[in-house]
Amino acid sequence: MRSLEHAEHRTRQAPRRDPAPSRIAYRLHRLWLTPFVRMALRVGLPAFVLAFGVGLYLADTERREALGSVYTDLHERLKNRPEFLVNLLSVEGASPELSEAVRNTLALPLPQSSLDLDLEAARARIATLSAVATVDVRVQSGGILQVVIQERVPAFVWRDAAGIWLVDETGMRVAEVSNRNDRADLPLIVGPGAEKAIAEARQILASAGPLLPRLRGLVRMGERRWDIVLDRDQRILLPVRQPVLALERLIALDQAQDLLGRDVLAVDLRLQSRPSLRLSPYALAEMRRLRGIIPAENEL
Amino acid sequence: MTDLYQTQRAMRNIRRAAMQRGVIAILDIGSSKVGCLILRFDDTEGLREMEGVGSMAGQSSFRVIGAATTRSRGVRFGEITVMNETERAIRTAVQSAQKMANVRVDHVIACFSGADPRSYGLAGEWELQDSVVSEQDVARVLAACEVPDIGDGREVLHAQPVNFALDHRSGLGDPRGQIGNRLSCDLHLLTVDAAVVQNLIYCLKRCDLELAGMASSAYVSGISSLVEDEQELGAACIDMGGGATGISVFMKKHMIYADSVRMGGDHVTSDISKGLQVPLTTAERIKTKFGGVHATGMDDREMIEIGGDSGDWEKDRRQVSRTELIGIMRPRVEEILEEARARLDAAGFDHLPSQQIVLTGGGSQIPGLDGLAARILGQRVRLGRPLRVQGLPQAATGPAFSSAVGLCLFAAHPQDEWWDFEIPAERYPARSLKRAFKWFKENW
Repeated sequence: MRSLEHAEHRTRQAPRRDPAPSRIAYRLHRLWLTPFVRMALRVGLPAFVLAFGVGLYLADTERREALGSVYTDLHERLKNRPEFLVNLLSVEGASPELSEAVRNTLALPLPQSSLDLDLEAARARIATLSAVATVDVRVQSGGILQVVIQERVPAFVWRDAAGIWLVDETGMRVAEVSNRNDRADLPLIVGPGAEKAIAEARQILASAGPLLPRLRGLVRMGERRWDIVLDRDQRILLPVRQPVLALERLIALDQAQDLLGRDVLAVDLRLQSRPSLRLSPYALAEMRRLRGIIPAENEL
Repeated sequence: MTDLYQTQRAMRNIRRAAMQRGVIAILDIGSSKVGCLILRFDDTEGLREMEGVGSMAGQSSFRVIGAATTRSRGVRFGEITVMNETERAIRTAVQSAQKMANVRVDHVIACFSGADPRSYGLAGEWELQDSVVSEQDVARVLAACEVPDIGDGREVLHAQPVNFALDHRSGLGDPRGQIGNRLSCDLHLLTVDAAVVQNLIYCLKRCDLELAGMASSAYVSGISSLVEDEQELGAACIDMGGGATGISVFMKKHMIYADSVRMGGDHVTSDISKGLQVPLTTAERIKTKFGGVHATGMDDREMIEIGGDSGDWEKDRRQVSRTELIGIMRPRVEEILEEARARLDAAGFDHLPSQQIVLTGGGSQIPGLDGLAARILGQRVRLGRPLRVQGLPQAATGPAFSSAVGLCLFAAHPQDEWWDFEIPAERYPARSLKRAFKWFKENW
């Protein structure tokens, strides 16, 4: 009885399973083994689902804006932390006028986050000021924006048709002055193109030691050579080449013979081999009289 | 005939395409098992260039990457009888082989053992027009072979030119370019039942597989289990399958005769089943475990529990001696071998220079069979195992797989068949552009 039950149980419970795959299973297996299908399902489908999901999420404007606002919010919060705030602008190495000009130029609304500061642009803006030679802008700890300025040092007063300027040793204008006597300590140079030959002017001035008390200024003639103007309207016409040498020779002559103390209108050193003097009309007539030369009186 | 020619050509093209893709399946549809091997071809162009037999007998070009066998269903005498069942068996085998190979196969080369193969020897002669043999001359001499009446509903499975002779010189493999006057050829024609082939094609089509070639299993198991000198000097291969026993005779590396006996291991099993009153599965188990053909005194004392599931104690505790089992098996095995002997005699096997006989197939694993076969078939009998091919699992190296392995070799190196040669120009349909083109090519 038991074995019968057992046999019945077995036949009902485990009908012999067909090992053969069904047609659909067989076809699906073959499809799965096709390289293209396999690739598409293993790479293409996940990629598609991912892209589609992200696209679907971002398709809504509100969500996009929410994402954007989350980002900007985070950025603001970080930016406005006290560690990044700049409270003070300090200008170093500049005269009070210049530092005022720097402040006006920068026009920074302080306090401001240092992350918002564009130091390079600030530097460029300060560098446009003519009195500034070099400038260094940096954010110091403690919320200080430090501007270190090296001012241009005025070396000459330059007068031209437009006005009176102070220029530094390289010929760059530093500032405008209303009167030459505002900076009486600086030598005067005049004439168009004078600022381009500043180096030569400095050499001339350096070697013009004994003449300095009488010197009134240097005049650039035709943008190629210098004239030295002394008081009593005396002029020394320097050559284009080697003006310093010519001047030194003249000074030696002056010290030996007191040339410039005499009634001379101009000393022409333009031709080195033949320096010439222009006497005042009275001195000329007197010299001729002393030498016994009676000039022919004519209408001229 | 042209219809068949076209089908075979189409199959050849499919095979070539499959080789280009590099993967092809081998399907051995037997009466007891369906085996599927998947081959990968590594260098297809190297295959063409090879002269003679390549390295490792030309097997280095392919590798078995998937193998599966399953119990055959719906096949009797090597012929499909229940198509649905066979289709399921093929699906099982193909799917598990594909799973092992991890690759999809679309092209399949199949072999079967039944379908009543008949062998014909054909001869043809052709007078050469100019004394050099051209491809057209080869085509014409093949066309000149007189085709016997193969009967209604039969199809040509193999048609292999086995020998060319030019004037008095015979045994030419490739006569092209040689000089002579009279070209003659011998053609071996193997015909099978058309309905069986149709069933097979239909069955494979239902499995979404494309047929890239067909072969008789007697032929392919001869390829795999005869060694080279046996094939050269003349030998017969007897493939003892489940439902049919295939016989093929080889000479000069060509098959010259093939036949099949519609008896096999299944008949032995059914004899045991009837004789011992046990179910077929038990009979099969007893046969493979205790079977033999030579009884000794020891066998009288060796008792076999044959069991049963009837619930009757007397019936379930039956025992037989091994001698009794051998007594049931031996007459049937003898009958099969005698039938094979008769077929060989009819084919004139005793005129061959070498009388080597090789037994292979699952039935050849019966212990003591070689002794019995030597009595019936002559002294020169040996048991054959198929060649070893690369990547074949150990489980598939036994003699039962000789036709599957032979089919692998057949796939890698097919014999030139009639349809591989050109069609003679006269046979082309009229107004064929191809013909005009050919004429131009030959005359200018």
